[in-house]
Amino acid sequence: MTTAELLGTDPGWIIGVKAVLVFGICVISTLMAVWTERRVLAKMQLRTGPNRVGKFGLLQSLSDGVKLALKEDIIPAAADKVVFIIAPIIATAMCFMSFAVIPMTGEVNLFGHQTALQLTDLPVGVLYILAVTSIGVYGVVLAGWSSGSTYPLLGGLRSSAQVISYEIAMGLSLVAVFIYAGSMSTSVIVDSQHQNIWNAVVLFPSFIIYVISMVGETNRAPFDLAEAEGELVGGFHTEYSSLKFALFFLAEYVNIIAVSALAATLFLGGYHAPPGLGFTEQWLGGWFTFFWFIAKVNLFFFIFMWLRGTLPRLRYDQFMKFGWKVLIPSSLAWILIVATLRVMQQQGANRAVVIAFTAGIVLLLMAVSSLVDRNKAKSQEPIADIDNEAPDFPVPSLPHLRSINVSGGQQ
Amino acid sequence: MSDFIEPRKSSELDINSVPFVEVNQPGPASLLTQAKGFWVTFSTMFKKNQTVQYPDVKAPTAPRFHGRHQLNRHPDGLEKCIGCELCAWACPADAIYVEGGNNTPGNQLSPGERHGAVYQINYLRCIFCGLCVEACPTRALTMTNEYELADDKREKLIFEKEDLLAPLRQGMLAPPHPMYPGMTDTNYYNGDVKEAHPSQQGQN
Repeated sequence: MTTAELLGTDPGWIIGVKAVLVFGICVISTLMAVWTERRVLAKMQLRTGPNRVGKFGLLQSLSDGVKLALKEDIIPAAADKVVFIIAPIIATAMCFMSFAVIPMTGEVNLFGHQTALQLTDLPVGVLYILAVTSIGVYGVVLAGWSSGSTYPLLGGLRSSAQVISYEIAMGLSLVAVFIYAGSMSTSVIVDSQHQNIWNAVVLFPSFIIYVISMVGETNRAPFDLAEAEGELVGGFHTEYSSLKFALFFLAEYVNIIAVSALAATLFLGGYHAPPGLGFTEQWLGGWFTFFWFIAKVNLFFFIFMWLRGTLPRLRYDQFMKFGWKVLIPSSLAWILIVATLRVMQQQGANRAVVIAFTAGIVLLLMAVSSLVDRNKAKSQEPIADIDNEAPDFPVPSLPHLRSINVSGGQQ
Repeated sequence: MSDFIEPRKSSELDINSVPFVEVNQPGPASLLTQAKGFWVTFSTMFKKNQTVQYPDVKAPTAPRFHGRHQLNRHPDGLEKCIGCELCAWACPADAIYVEGGNNTPGNQLSPGERHGAVYQINYLRCIFCGLCVEACPTRALTMTNEYELADDKREKLIFEKEDLLAPLRQGMLAPPHPMYPGMTDTNYYNGDVKEAHPSQQGQN
């Protein structure tokens, strides 16, 4: 029985219970994620991190949340009130919605009913996730626009430009997964990895592109240039306070967990145990698969923290250049290769042909990279026009020095 | 060198062209170098962290840390402060206020003629520079290592003489009481007085 058929037999109350469970998992994992991030980042900087509220400071984020809720809620006079209030709701709701199609366990017994911890299973599940996260961008744009202030508007536009750009790379990296699994349904993709091998191994370039673009997509370090706490006021949510700010905060972390969960589902075999540990899936009546799911999500969350602890922030133009000129073309090329190999496999091509094709790709790559290297070496040669007698303090331009025209006017 | 450059008028500047200078821009570091950076943060996680759990654990200060002031006493309990106000004059932040008073036979607080009648240090102003300690001619004013100087009222941070006076130690008598028999203030200054004399007790 497929997961879709299994979920089809759910009575209404089980669906309700699962909806509450999914919501609860998201909220609790956000609280835990904030605490974990602060502790792990502190460890990376030889600090301790929050350790005073509750055991090991576990209740720190809860008390921070209560504090945020009790703060004064300010709506600026220049703000568009309705949109100002709707924006954080859109942002948060969409993040939660993307969790609906994530399969979190295998077949389990939930209050006497055989089902799987997955709210629903759509044939186009992954497309649905991409769609709702795109709607989440509206929250960001509208928040920036409705604040009635310049900097939130700029921050909102930057954030949304960033999210949209990286969503393209993300979507393209998923295409290879669809081609390979032959479906867009999350549960079918998980099953196909269980039968074969993890997509992270077969589709390694896709995996890398996805991991990079998921960091860009969630506006996290080193791609957090639109919010940049250290340098800017806070991007699109500058004018937000109290619970509305808390909603954006929640949305950010739920989003991180959602993209991590999607990465685990599409590339690391979802809720299934790692190869060789398959016997653990029967433990606790199948509920142990939830542990594997959480472990994989946490692995990705650790990558988020590690990146934040290690890398400095990118400049906006570097960031956009990387997204549009590196990630998107390379994932397009990779899709072509995957599609060709897939078609060869389905048409029953000769093994020699497949090997020849692969070797050809490798040769082509080597040729291109050597050309790039040669070009780089050439551009690094010193320019003869510049004389070395020039003093090392700024001087007026000399007639024999080459100059470039910056404005396009006449020389 | 820069003296020889003639200042140029802005009208002479050609804003359409700037000198073309090749800047050496190293490309991205090799993958191994970047992986090293990730190793730094990862390995740091397993090192002992440097946080001092402050209110629970109080790390000792450096021995000469400039903390709260203290008005010292002579070994027999008389105050060293003679109310000369040199500390107040030395203070760059104007944090010290002193009023001197005369020692009378019934009210002998310090050896010699004068004592500090009012002595206040305003810790909202004090910058803990220690110039007052350097100025003090009798070594009456020194600094302790105590650094927990925070309160919820401004008034509470103006320390009076009784807040600053050193506690009475073994062999000390609470002033006012007469000077050690046969000793002058110079003897006190030279450290000839080692402890209180029984005759000093109960004479006030």
